[in-house]
Amino acid sequence: MPAVKPYDEMHAEDGSVREHYRTFSSWLDRTPKDRVAQKRTEADSLFHRVGITFAVYGEEAGTERLIPFDIVPRIIPAQEWQHLAAGLRQRVRALNAFIADIYHDQNILAAGRIPAEQVLCNGQYRPEMQGVDVPGSIYAHIAGIDVVRAGRGEFYVLEDNLRVPSGVSYMLEDRRMMMRLFPELFAQHSIAPVEHYPDLLLENLRSVAPHGVNDPTVVLLTPGAYNSAYFEHAFLAQQMGIELVEGQDLYVEDEFLYMRTTRGPQRVDVIYRRIDDDFLDPLAFRPDTMLGVPGLLSAYRAGRVTIANAIGTGVADDKSIYPYVPEMIRFYLGEEPLLSNVPTYVLRRKEDLDYTLAHLNELVVKEVHGAGGYGMLIGPAATTAQIEEFRQRILRNPEKYIAQPTLSLSACPTFVDQGIAPRHLDLRPFVLSGSEVTLVPGGLTRVALREGSLVVNSSQGGGTKDTWVLEK
Amino acid sequence: MLSRTADHLYWMARYTERAENLARMLEVNYRMSLLPQGSEIVEQGWIATLTIIGLMDAFKQRYGAVTPANAIAFLVFDRDNPMSIYSCVRAARENARAVRGTLTSEIWESINATWLEMRVAGMRPSSEAEVGNFFEWVKYRSHLTRGVVQGTMLRDEAWHFTWLGTYLERSDSTARILDVKYHLLLPRGEKAGGAADYYQWGALLNSVSAFEIYRRVYRDLITPRRVAELLVLRADMPRSLHRCVSQVYTHLTAVRNSQSAETERRAGELHASLLFGRIEHIFELGLHEYLVQFMGRTRDLGERVSRDFLVSSAD
Repeated sequence: MPAVKPYDEMHAEDGSVREHYRTFSSWLDRTPKDRVAQKRTEADSLFHRVGITFAVYGEEAGTERLIPFDIVPRIIPAQEWQHLAAGLRQRVRALNAFIADIYHDQNILAAGRIPAEQVLCNGQYRPEMQGVDVPGSIYAHIAGIDVVRAGRGEFYVLEDNLRVPSGVSYMLEDRRMMMRLFPELFAQHSIAPVEHYPDLLLENLRSVAPHGVNDPTVVLLTPGAYNSAYFEHAFLAQQMGIELVEGQDLYVEDEFLYMRTTRGPQRVDVIYRRIDDDFLDPLAFRPDTMLGVPGLLSAYRAGRVTIANAIGTGVADDKSIYPYVPEMIRFYLGEEPLLSNVPTYVLRRKEDLDYTLAHLNELVVKEVHGAGGYGMLIGPAATTAQIEEFRQRILRNPEKYIAQPTLSLSACPTFVDQGIAPRHLDLRPFVLSGSEVTLVPGGLTRVALREGSLVVNSSQGGGTKDTWVLEK
Repeated sequence: MLSRTADHLYWMARYTERAENLARMLEVNYRMSLLPQGSEIVEQGWIATLTIIGLMDAFKQRYGAVTPANAIAFLVFDRDNPMSIYSCVRAARENARAVRGTLTSEIWESINATWLEMRVAGMRPSSEAEVGNFFEWVKYRSHLTRGVVQGTMLRDEAWHFTWLGTYLERSDSTARILDVKYHLLLPRGEKAGGAADYYQWGALLNSVSAFEIYRRVYRDLITPRRVAELLVLRADMPRSLHRCVSQVYTHLTAVRNSQSAETERRAGELHASLLFGRIEHIFELGLHEYLVQFMGRTRDLGERVSRDFLVSSAD
């Protein structure tokens, strides 16, 4: 592990409590330990009863697991948030401009700012989308941008999630839970609300309906109740008051999309889909899937229905494209990026490959198509054997990997078995793009519960915290 | 609303009601087995129950001898028996989970909590005394869920399909409860009077929460004919066939679509026969024959509801 002490969200280097944590910290000192313990138990049973769980594949129906919830909030002062939010909006505007460009004139490739083969030979590039116009030229309507703090607390963008980013329900439920458990804390702080996210999302989806549709019908397309994120799909559909549909509920006729209802067919104008491109339409993509809707792509290309996020957004959030995002911001917006990328070595480049192979024990190496914390090497934590094995994998297909220095991720006090101890965390704010670009002040804070671990994914034992953006 | 959503709501309600009715049916057997009588009569009761709900063969294959302990194990916690109380509660919860976005959070929480507690209960062996409490608990949870539906749900299509499921299931179940008991009791019941009869009929009435109602309505001895009249023809008796069918008809007309006219007519016809029917005529036909016919007609209604609303075709 890096010798540098990670940035502590609550405590300054001299051990004093940072200003924005003072009220919370003194509340924690004042509150009897058994009351806190009792509230933590209560939180667990509430999450179970409400069913805020994720399904675990391969277990008996009706068994779901909780994502651990930690009651120490992650607090962000107003000024820091304003900077972060401006940077996120800028980034997402550039990413949308990039996708629109790639599927139309490809100016950025012609200008030589990104190698063309990097984009066009990428498995996430969808030739079916070439020349297709989408409402408002918006592709990534919902973006989940993973942000970390390192060094002395500066923000870095770790990853852009532009396909079907998930986790927003935990942002909302964590807030609801904190308000239920500790209402007094909300009276003592001025915390920016996030509860209106579903309203913003619905408005955003309605704003990108096909041209000429005045009162669009929006639906949420889920793979079904056995999907691990099903709770979130159901939750969002309910909060927005829209139908939660599965592929079998929809069909395409004469390039229009319909859903089957108890009163016959009903037109659908906007699909908020929570299934991957590959499964959307068996006629266009994977033929063996039952999750999608035959003919959906034809209706989409004819402009009869909006799909959010658009098909083919993966071309912009791939780890091999990530290093070029600052360049996109300069190219499309003529601005300097407000948020930094993590320095990244692209192993298809000879000099980056050589450097990486010589420094494997210091670097994090990631598969460019990997997700969920799988398929990566964390050099400082790996054994010699693991490093050697990974070296061989890299040598076989260098273009499948990128490498980054191990950041000393910031840590926040967190309840663990031994008491309260610092644990590493990240942040995923959700940026909505439609007729305008908006985001609610906050996001999903994920925390690695194992000591020293940098992996915050829920599939790998990560937990969540409520995220407070202070209003002043 | 989506046909699939309606289908899940309808089955959520049916399974919730089915679990409750199963508990009622088992409770009456269980109570009777506590009365001073030969084990043969107790066994008769279980055989009749298993036969009427159509599970005798499945039971024999898995358990062999008909004993109260075996029958209860099979019908209560056996997760491989799709009709056990355990399985019904699980199915209700799985259907609710599939449409939890359509349910109020209170309804979902109620159904989910029932399932979570059921899983815990299913993990430990229960003593005889606990079984009685368990039946009470199942009924109580069902009351709670129904009350939450009543108290929190928007009166829209979702509401009507939920109650359609509830009342179709209940009509079938009351018919079965009556059939199984009548089958057993009638030969002795016709003599009327006698302490054993009193308890037997009392247990039957209790199982459909009708003992006190019977007293209020008739203010007289318990006779088989009146029990049948109460459970078949009385419109004000909440679990009677008449009451159930009239509710089915009401909710059916509320969700009417372009292909449901014949289903509505059949429900209306059945309702009219109960509205204007007389117990004497039913007894002339034979109560058992009447009930078999009735169950055939409600099964037909259930199939037609599925076809008309729940699995609509693409075009």
